[in-house]
Amino acid sequence: MLKKCLLIKILLIIFCSVFINASFANNWRLNMFKGVTPLSHEMYNLHMIAMLICAIIGFVVFAIMIYSIIHHRKSKGYKAASFHDNTRLEIVWTVIPFLILLGLAFPATRSLIKLENTDNSDVTIKIVGSQWKWEYYYLNEGVHFYSNLATPYRQIQNKIPKGNHYLLSVDKALVVPTNQKIRFLVTSSDVIHSWWVPRLGVKRDAIPGFMHEAWATIEKPGIYRGQCTELCGVGHGYMPIVVRAVPEEEYKKWIKKQLDEQQQWELKQINLNAQTNLTRKQLMALGKKKYLQICSYCHREDGMGLPPMYPALKGSSVAVGYPIDRHISMILHGVPGSAMQAYGDMLSNEEIAAVVTYERNAWENNTNDIVQPVDIAQTRVASKHEPKLVHKSKWGGLR
Amino acid sequence: MNPSATHISHGPEQGRGVIGFVKRWLYTTNHKDIGTLYLLIALLNFFIAGGMALLIRAELFQPGHRFLDPNTYNQMTTMHGLIMLFGVIMPAFTGMANWQIPMMIGAPDMALPRLNNWSFWLLPFAFLLLMSTMFHAGGGPNFGWTMYAPLSTKFAPPSTDFMIFSVHMMGISSIMGSINIIATILNLRAPGMTMMKMPMFCWSWLVTAFLLIAIMPVLAGAVTMMLADRHFGTSFFEAAGGGDPILFQHIFWFFGHPEVYVLVLPAFGVISEVIPAFSRKHLFGYNFMVYATLCIAILSFIVWAHHMFTTGIPLGAELFFMYATMLISVPTGIKVFNWVSTMFRGSMTFETPMLFAISFVFMFTFGGLTGLMLSLVPADYQYQDTYFVVAHFHYVLVPGVVFALMAGTYYWLPKWTGHMYNEVMGKWHFWLSTISVNVLFFPMHFLGLAGMPRRIPDYALQFTNFNVITSIGAFIFGISQLLFAWNIIKTIRGGKKVDGQVWEGARGLEWTLSSPPPYHSFSVPPVIN
Repeated sequence: MLKKCLLIKILLIIFCSVFINASFANNWRLNMFKGVTPLSHEMYNLHMIAMLICAIIGFVVFAIMIYSIIHHRKSKGYKAASFHDNTRLEIVWTVIPFLILLGLAFPATRSLIKLENTDNSDVTIKIVGSQWKWEYYYLNEGVHFYSNLATPYRQIQNKIPKGNHYLLSVDKALVVPTNQKIRFLVTSSDVIHSWWVPRLGVKRDAIPGFMHEAWATIEKPGIYRGQCTELCGVGHGYMPIVVRAVPEEEYKKWIKKQLDEQQQWELKQINLNAQTNLTRKQLMALGKKKYLQICSYCHREDGMGLPPMYPALKGSSVAVGYPIDRHISMILHGVPGSAMQAYGDMLSNEEIAAVVTYERNAWENNTNDIVQPVDIAQTRVASKHEPKLVHKSKWGGLR
Repeated sequence: MNPSATHISHGPEQGRGVIGFVKRWLYTTNHKDIGTLYLLIALLNFFIAGGMALLIRAELFQPGHRFLDPNTYNQMTTMHGLIMLFGVIMPAFTGMANWQIPMMIGAPDMALPRLNNWSFWLLPFAFLLLMSTMFHAGGGPNFGWTMYAPLSTKFAPPSTDFMIFSVHMMGISSIMGSINIIATILNLRAPGMTMMKMPMFCWSWLVTAFLLIAIMPVLAGAVTMMLADRHFGTSFFEAAGGGDPILFQHIFWFFGHPEVYVLVLPAFGVISEVIPAFSRKHLFGYNFMVYATLCIAILSFIVWAHHMFTTGIPLGAELFFMYATMLISVPTGIKVFNWVSTMFRGSMTFETPMLFAISFVFMFTFGGLTGLMLSLVPADYQYQDTYFVVAHFHYVLVPGVVFALMAGTYYWLPKWTGHMYNEVMGKWHFWLSTISVNVLFFPMHFLGLAGMPRRIPDYALQFTNFNVITSIGAFIFGISQLLFAWNIIKTIRGGKKVDGQVWEGARGLEWTLSSPPPYHSFSVPPVIN
């Protein structure tokens, strides 16, 4: 008996030490993040209370069960009792759980009301999910950019060792100020996505055609990572979120820098004289990189696509046919009514030229065409239509 | 009078050769034959969908792209879910209902035998249709078994239409099966078998059948609207045309949540048969068990939006659905407490069915408790669509429902075949399954809390350790199910003969019949005291 107790004690000590060590090590993380926003603290606390109550209920129920399994067995000669009804007992174990639930419902309701209160925000950011990247608009500041997965394709394919933050790094992080109430407006441009950053305690489904709110006040500067949490197609595992929280002055500087860069970028894309020429080798290398990063989800690494949803590029009329303009404008403007998106705002002329060149020369599409950034700029300029204003009064109310 | 002696001549009629064999099974209207067919198709599907789960776990064994490309991975998760729910659990319980209900209520057969034949024979074709989609151009359905629009409408592969049609066929099959069960229970009870004397298994199936009739048309409507959106230019689920993608989720979960209880209630029924038998004691609180079943069924219709807390439904709705969901744990708790009280001061023995039943009570309760945690909306924001949810519903469905199926199979298999199964192999199967199922699903809680979303084909490095453990558990669990299949096949083909009363403590009309029971169970209504 003594030996048994000792054994149990040793096991308990081992278990506890593993648990404590494990909860500190990142790779053996067991529990929810406490997070860095008031909401995430509340979620964490509620989670801990609920877990504790569940553990107690489980302990009581399982203890009674284990007791009867050990003692009330036929092999020990135990004779079965004959009771099979007790209304008073039934009422007791209906009422007690009900009271426990009431106790849980109060803090949950309180937190929930806070969670849904997005009033008096300082910064408003519109988040648009699309297959398979996030797009951020700072509505009052006018900054807009895309955030793509930055993990190299070769790491995913196990060709090179996996780096830090594998699948959780992006080319451009969302930058937000600390200690300010940030309001997120979440929507989508194609299928349903979900924007989740565990440490901010924010999870909102991005629903095409509808916009829903969430908020966070980040207490600590730092980098917080998350992922899309609603199945959104083949790239669902590859659309991470990175939020960089910085003090307010740094945030303001960052905004200003973004505005300048953004304006310059936009002007450069339509300025025919500002384009540089690249060699075939440079175009093919850059093209392959971008193709694998963006196009290969649908059109696949080997250009065979997944027809009929995602057409093949190998030998396709677009990728080997003429005019090349058709090929370019499909990438610039997308194909309405299909899964092909517009990449004109996301990719520079160099990148689009490289992708087009790559697609026209890879996988036996040996067209030998070389497309330069200036060609892209030309297509951009040519397809820029100013919206026409129609004065109804001039037409007598008829059109 | 010994009922089996007078009816031994009315055995199944089988002609010669292959044609005779095919005719016997294709034309059969006997509740036992159809029950067997249901159980066999469920067993087959269990290994197919289980194989898919193993492919998923193989891909997730290590980070990085390994065996399945993301599209195939998504097809596997979709198919695994659809086949496990519609092709394993539902047919298996329908099979058990077919075998057991007439015997339990003292009837000769099901009330509507031809309907019974049709409702089974739709299924093989429905599943062939569903599985054929994986070989279509563009691949099979890859949007998860929940088929959220617009991923399943505008962005889905063409084979989705086949899936829709197959869901229609499964729905028709379920509805017909349910009509049959209701008709049988309400009309064919032996004189003296009042409603409140019926075995719990019959009660839980009666309630389940009503649930199925209520929800299957809703699912059929949802997938038909999908079809219309895909091909007939409607915009039910597209904001651009005045629709709403969330409408799909509302309709789907209006079906989907009662569906959870369609899977779980028959499991409650089986457990309520097995535990009293091996505790040698009456089921504690029979009346409250019946009321709790009804209560769960009614509540299951008003909790659907707890699957959608993060979709931006209004605060009032979130509060309502949170309270309603929490409320469901009260009747479920009553059930658990009653099972425990049945065991308390019983005279227990631990044959394989009892082991599985006890394991069910432990792990189902565990899954139920995480369910309570999930009902708290603010905490749910951190759990939603992560591995925590995956862990929760697998705890309810695998060591919960599937273990109940196994308990039921081991419990009634000697009755059905007249042979005792191999107890040693059964115990091996039990211990291997129980240990590995926890190795498999327990670490998923940690993964979810640490931030791993579900349905991703690849994951960040900090999730590696628990994924490795999970995958190892999955393979042990998968392989140990071969023992189950082997044991069943051995028992069907031969083994120690058993008499009518297979288990010492088992009560109920089915044990008054011989093992195997006569082809037309009770041609003469039994006398009930």
